[in-house]
Amino acid sequence: MQFKLERRVEYSKKMLIATPIIAIVLSILVSSVLLAILNKPILLTMHSFFIAPFDNFYSITEIFLKFGPLLLIAQALAVGFRAKVWNIGAEGQMIMGAIAASAVPVYFVDSTSNWLLPAMIVLGALGGIAWASIAAILKTRYNANEILVTLMLSSIALQILYYLLLGPWKDPMGFNFPQTVMFQDEALFPPMFSGVRLNVSIFIPIAFTIGIWLFMEKHFGGFKLVVGGLAPNAATYAGFSAKKAVWSSLLLAGFAAGIAGMSEVAGPIGQLQRSVTSGYGYSAIIVAYLGALNPIGIVFAAFFLSVLQIGGDVALVSADLPISAVHVFQGLLLIFYLSAYAFVNYRFHIVRPTLQPKANLTS
Amino acid sequence: MASSNTTPLLSLRNITKLYPTVIANDKINLDVMPSSIHAILGENGAGKSTLMKLAYGLIEADEGEIFWQGKPVDLRNTAAARKLGIGMVFQHFSLFETLSVVENISLTMPGSRKALSAKIIELGKRYKLDVNPEASVHSLSVGERQRVEIIRCLLQDLKLLILDEPTSVLPPQHIRSLFDALRTLRDNKVAILYISHKLEEIRELCDTATILRAGKVTGTVNPNEKTAKELATLMIGHDVPSVEARHTQRTGNDPLLTLSSVSFVNHDPFGTSLHNINLSVHSGEIVGIAGVSGNGQQELCRLISGEHIDKQLAANAIEMMGKPVAHLGAAARRQLGFSFVPEERLGRGAVPPMPLAKNALLTAFEHGMLNKGFLKKKAIEQYTEKCIEDFDVRCGGPDATANSLSGGNLQKYIVGRELMLAPKLLFVSQPTWGVDIGAATAIRQRLLDLREAGIAILVVSEELEELFEITDRMHVINSGTLSPSLVTAQLTPNDIGEYMIGNQNASANSAETAHAI
Repeated sequence: MQFKLERRVEYSKKMLIATPIIAIVLSILVSSVLLAILNKPILLTMHSFFIAPFDNFYSITEIFLKFGPLLLIAQALAVGFRAKVWNIGAEGQMIMGAIAASAVPVYFVDSTSNWLLPAMIVLGALGGIAWASIAAILKTRYNANEILVTLMLSSIALQILYYLLLGPWKDPMGFNFPQTVMFQDEALFPPMFSGVRLNVSIFIPIAFTIGIWLFMEKHFGGFKLVVGGLAPNAATYAGFSAKKAVWSSLLLAGFAAGIAGMSEVAGPIGQLQRSVTSGYGYSAIIVAYLGALNPIGIVFAAFFLSVLQIGGDVALVSADLPISAVHVFQGLLLIFYLSAYAFVNYRFHIVRPTLQPKANLTS
Repeated sequence: MASSNTTPLLSLRNITKLYPTVIANDKINLDVMPSSIHAILGENGAGKSTLMKLAYGLIEADEGEIFWQGKPVDLRNTAAARKLGIGMVFQHFSLFETLSVVENISLTMPGSRKALSAKIIELGKRYKLDVNPEASVHSLSVGERQRVEIIRCLLQDLKLLILDEPTSVLPPQHIRSLFDALRTLRDNKVAILYISHKLEEIRELCDTATILRAGKVTGTVNPNEKTAKELATLMIGHDVPSVEARHTQRTGNDPLLTLSSVSFVNHDPFGTSLHNINLSVHSGEIVGIAGVSGNGQQELCRLISGEHIDKQLAANAIEMMGKPVAHLGAAARRQLGFSFVPEERLGRGAVPPMPLAKNALLTAFEHGMLNKGFLKKKAIEQYTEKCIEDFDVRCGGPDATANSLSGGNLQKYIVGRELMLAPKLLFVSQPTWGVDIGAATAIRQRLLDLREAGIAILVVSEELEELFEITDRMHVINSGTLSPSLVTAQLTPNDIGEYMIGNQNASANSAETAHAI
C-alpha cells in the first residue's frame, strides 16, 4: 500500500470548516504531551486557558480588549493575503501608528482640547500608511520582495521607537524609564464601563469588519484583488492593475495597523512605551489564516486567539507556566492549521499495486 | 491487420488508466507489428497521450497487461522501456538551447563526443536525418531539432519509436522530409507509433490506424482504404459538421486596427523580439496570422491586447477605431469596442476556481453589472445565463466553476462572453486549440457570421487549415517579422510554408531586416 497526495477536483467545503477545529484539537493534544513532560498539571492548564477567561466580567472585557486590535489588523492583512501581497510587517506599521499618534499628547502636554483624540486617530492612520507605503513603492518600482521589506521595516520601526523613548520623548519625570509622559484624559478613549480597560475604540474594528465584508463580497474592488491573487494573468488580461492591488493592500494594512497602534497608546497603555504592540502585528497573521482569510471566519479566529492570550496570562499564574508555553501553543496552532489546510485542496489517494504480479515474474 | 504468423512487437491488453475525473483509457487493446507505422488517431482528450505515456513507462496502468514480443513486461519506468528498445519524441523537445547537438546527446549517451559525432552523421545519412552535430541547438530550425530527438532515440538499439503529434510544430516543407525519414526507418525494422489527429497525414503515411474516442478503441483500420470522412466519423462518433464560408467583398474601408512599424525589444533571452510590424484589419474581414509557435505570436498578442504596454512605442503606433491606443491598458481598449480571446483559457481568459458568473465580470463589468462599484448580482447572472444559452455551453449553470468545464465548453463560454460585449474589433488567438471538432466548427462558423455582420476580426492560429477556411487575408510571422499581406484565395499551403521558414525573405538570417509592405 502506498499513499499519494492528490489534488481534489473541487476544494472541500467540509474540510474548510473542519480545518480550524482539527488544528485546535491537535494543538491541545500535543501541548498536553509537552505539559506532561514538563510535569505541569494538564487539566488545570487547560482550565486556565479556555475556562478561566470567562470567570468574571472584568476578564471578559479583557478578552475584548485584545480582540479589537487583532480583529482590525487581521481583517486588513487577509485582504492583502487574498491578493497575494505578503505583508508580514503589520507590527512595524502598528508601531509607527502609535508613534505618530503619540506626537500629539507629547508635544501638547497641557492641552485639554477635544481635538486631541481625533488628531491622534488621523495621525495614527497616517503613520501606519506612511510606513506601509515604503514597502509599496519598493515593490512597485523595483520589484523588491514585500515579505523581506515589510519584515525589515518592522525592525527599523522598533529602533525608531527605542530612540524616541530613550531620547527626545522620554518623560523628564519618569525616573529614566524608557517611556513618555502619561497622556491626559482628553487623549484617551473613554472606557466602555467604569472600572474596566475596554474602551469605545472596540467599535472601530467592528465597523471595519463590516466594511471589509462588503468590500470583499459585494464590491468590484474586492473582486479585482481576488482575481489578482488567484490568476495574475487573468487580472492582466482583464486590465486590472497589479500595482494598484499592491498599493491598496498595503495601504489598507497600514491604515488598520496604524489605528490599532493608536488605540493602544490612547487606550489600555495610556502612554508610548517599548511594548506598545504586544505582538498583535504578528499574531494577526495567525488570526487571518485561522479565519481562512474570510471576514467572518476572522471574527471567530480573533476571538479564539484573544481567549488564548488571556488564558495564557492566567496559566502563567495559576499553573506556573512559562510565557514561552503560550507562544509554543500559538505556534502549534498555526503549523497544524496550515498542514490541515492542505487537505482542503488535496486528498490522500491509496495507490493500489499496479499490474498483475505475473508481470513481475519475468524479466 | 496483423497477419497471424507474426508476433506483435508491442501488445497492450485491457489497459485501463483512471484519473480523478475521467477514465483516460478504458480497456484498450493494441497490437503494433514490427516494421510498421501505426497511427493512434483521436481528438484532443481521447486518451492518445495517456496511452503513449503508458507504453513509454512514464505512467503505470491501473489495470491490464503489456507484452513485448509476446512476453509480459513490467514497464515501471522509462529506463525499462528504453532498455527494451522503445524511444519517444515529445511535442515539446527536451534539448538545451545553449549546447550543441552532440553535447545534448552526450548528456544521455555514453561514448566520446567524437565517436558520437561520427555516429550522428552516419545515422543522419542512413535515415535521411541530416543534422550538423557541432551546431548549437538554438540555431536549429524546429525540424532539425526534431531530427536530433529522433537520432537520440536511434543511438540506442531502437525497435519502437513513439512520436507525439510530430507535425504540429513543422512547416509543410519539413513534413515531407520527416515522412521520408520515417519510411526509411520502417524499412529498417523500426516500428513507429504515430500519434496525431490529422487525417490526411495518417492516410498518407500509416499502415494501420487505431482510433480512440473518449478513452475507448472505436476501430482498427487500414487508413489507406478509408476516406478522411470515414476516419473522422470513427474519431468523433458522428458526421463531421462543416462551415459555410461566403467570401464576399469586405464591407468597410476604414481600418479598425492598425499597427504601424511596431518594434518591440524582448529582454528575455529566449523570447522573441518584434521587428517593424505593419498590419491592418478592416471591418467585415478576417485577417489571419500564421506561423510556427514561438515566432513572436505571444509578444504580438500582448501588445495588441494591452496586456503589455511598451512605453517605447509612439502612442499612435497601434490604433483602434482610429484612436491611438499604444499607451492604453487592456480595459481602456475594451471600452473602445475591442475584444480579445486569449489562447490560454484557464488562468488568463478565465479564473479557474471562480464560478462562470464571476468570470463574466472579468471583462463585461462595464455592461450594467456595477452600481457605484457594487456588484449587481441579477445583471451578472442574466448575462451569464444568456451566454450559456446562446453559445450552447454545457455546464452546471452560472455557479459552475470555470475549471469544471471541458476545454471546448470553456472556449465557447469565453468567446460568447467577448461577443456579447458587441465588439467592433475582435482578436482571437488559437480559436480552436484543444477544442473538439464539433465545437471548433461552431466557433469558426460564428467568426464567419460576425465577419458578415461587419466586425473586424484578427485570428492568430497554428492550424493552417483553419486559416485557409476562414480568413480573407493572411500574414505569416517568422522570427518576429511579419510577412506582407497575402490574399488567402491566391495562396497554397506551400506558399505559407516558404514564409514560415523565411525563404521569401531575401535576408532571413538577419533578424534586423525590415521589409516594406
